[in-house]
Amino acid sequence: MSNGNEEYGTDSSSDYTEYWIDLFLGIKGNEYYCDIDDEYIRDRFNLTGLNQEVSRVPTLIDIITDSIDIESQPEEHREVLEHNSRILYGLIHARFILTSRGLNKMFEKYRNGDFGYCPRFHCSLHPLLPIGLHDQPRFASVKLYCAKCEDLYNPKSGRHAVVDGAYFGTSFPAMFFQTFPQVIPIHTKDTYVPKVFGFKLHDYSKLNRWRELQRGKLEKRLVKQGIEINNVVGGFVGKNEEEVEVKK
Amino acid sequence: MSSDPEEDYVSWIQTFCESFGHDYFVPVSQDFIEDDFNLTGLSSQVPYYREALYTILDYEVETSEDQPNSVSGAVNSVATTTATTGAASTSATTANATSNGFNDNSRELPNKVLLARSAELLYGLIHSRYIISKPGLTAMATKFERNEFGSCPRYYCDGMHLIPVGATDIPGHETVRLYCPCCNDIYLPSSSRYLNIDGAFFGTTFPGLLVKMFPEIENQCRIRTQRFNSQDFGIKLFGFKINELSSSGPRMKWLRLYPSTEAEKEEYENCELGLPDEFEDLTGSESDMEVGEEEEEEEEEEEEGEDDDRTMASEN
Repeated sequence: MSNGNEEYGTDSSSDYTEYWIDLFLGIKGNEYYCDIDDEYIRDRFNLTGLNQEVSRVPTLIDIITDSIDIESQPEEHREVLEHNSRILYGLIHARFILTSRGLNKMFEKYRNGDFGYCPRFHCSLHPLLPIGLHDQPRFASVKLYCAKCEDLYNPKSGRHAVVDGAYFGTSFPAMFFQTFPQVIPIHTKDTYVPKVFGFKLHDYSKLNRWRELQRGKLEKRLVKQGIEINNVVGGFVGKNEEEVEVKK
Repeated sequence: MSSDPEEDYVSWIQTFCESFGHDYFVPVSQDFIEDDFNLTGLSSQVPYYREALYTILDYEVETSEDQPNSVSGAVNSVATTTATTGAASTSATTANATSNGFNDNSRELPNKVLLARSAELLYGLIHSRYIISKPGLTAMATKFERNEFGSCPRYYCDGMHLIPVGATDIPGHETVRLYCPCCNDIYLPSSSRYLNIDGAFFGTTFPGLLVKMFPEIENQCRIRTQRFNSQDFGIKLFGFKINELSSSGPRMKWLRLYPSTEAEKEEYENCELGLPDEFEDLTGSESDMEVGEEEEEEEEEEEEGEDDDRTMASEN
C-alpha cells in the first residue's frame, strides 16, 4: 500500500495518505478520468438519481472522499463497496465534466493528448475526446471522438476498451466544443482513393466524387447563410492552406 | 543469434521476415527473386545491387572486411554472418565496419552495414512487386484473413481487417500505412514498431488489387456499411443534435456517406465520369477564390510545389 503512494505522487506527510481518488486515477486504464473536486461529490444535488444505479450511495461517497476507510467495513462487503465506488465515481464523472470546472480539467488533458490521437492519416494526429454512446451504464464501452473527421474510434488499448462509456456521457464532446470553440479544428477535405498502377479504382472514385458533391452542397448551404467556411474554425481547409499546413 | 549453416540453417529471407517489426512482410519465394525479369530496373535503385541480391539468396558475398585476408579463406564465414545480421544491424558490426572499413583499398566492396541496408532495401522493393503477383497476393490475403495487419480503429467499421499500403512507390519517402476497405480511408499503424517500415515496400497498388482480386473483402465491407449506414452519428448535447450552421456542427458527414434515397442514387449515377457541371465550378472556383484571400500566407506559398509526395495519396 505504501509504495502505491509514491507511485501516484500523493502527499505522504500524514499517516493517512492514500487518497481514494488518487489511487483510483493511478490504476492503469483510468487515464481518461480527471479528478473530481471534493465539493462537487459532497453536494447531494449533483448526485440526484444516482442511487438508482448503485446502492448505499452515502457510504460510497464517504469512501471516495476518504471520510471513512474501506478497511473499517466488514470484510465481505469490501469488494462490492470498492466496485460500486468506482461505478459511482464514473457516474459522477460524467456529470462533473459538463461543468465548467470539469471542462477545464478535461481541456488540460485534451491538450496533453491524454486521450490519444486520431489514427486517421489525414487527421494528422488530431487529439481525441472520450465519448459514451449511452448515458446509461453497462451498455457500451468508451469511444473516442475526433473533431477533425467527426468520427468515432475504438481506444487503442484493451484496458480502455472496458471502461464504460456512460462515465463520460454522450454530451461531453458537444459541450466541450461549445465551451472551447477556439479548439474546433479546420476540417480537411483530403480523402483516399485506392489506385492500381497509378489509376484510381472507378467505383471508389465515383463514390468519392459523389461525396465531394455532398460536401459541395453543404458548403453552398453554409455560404448562403453567410457563414465563412474557408480556413476558419469549423470550416474547411482551402487548397493553398492545405499545402502550407502539410509543410509545417 | 548465430546459426550454424550445417545444423539449423535459417535463410536470410526468413530471418528478415521474423525480425522485430517485420511482421507485415511475407517471405518472397526464391523462384520469384531468381527470375531476372521480376527485378527489372531495381539495379539502379539499390546500391551494391549484386551483393545485396546474393545476400538475400544466401549466396556467398565478399565484403570489405575480409579483403585484407586472403579472400578464399574468409568467404565462407562472412557469407553466413552477413546473412544473419539481417535487419537489426547490430552495433557490434557497426564498430567492426568503421574500424576495418577505411584502411583497405578495396574498390567497390561494401561493408557489412551498407550491405545489410541494401539487402533490406532490395528485399523491400522485390516484396512490393511480389505481393501484386498471384502467389504474393494469396500469401498476403492469408495474412489479411488472420488479421495480422490489425483492425480498423474506426468504431463503425466494426474491426474490419486492414491492408498495408504505401503512399508512394519510391523508397525513402513515407512509412507504411494501413488501408481499411470498409471506410476507404488510411490509418497510421497502432504500434510505433512499424514507423520505420518504408511504405514503398508495399506499394500504392497492393490494396486496390487485393480488394479486386478477392471480392469477398468487398462483400464483408458491404455488410458492415449496410448495418451501420442507418446509424446517423453526430455529436449531441443532452440528446439534441448540433445544427450544421454552428461551427461545431456536423461538417464531415459527407466523408462516410452512402447514397440511400432514390434522388441520391440518381445523383450518384451522375457522378459516373465526373462531377455534374453546376458543382464542377463550385469546387473548382473555390481554390481560385482563395488565392486572393490568403495574401498573408504568401511567404509560405513559394514552398508549396515541393511537397507532392505527401499529398500524393490524397489528391481529390
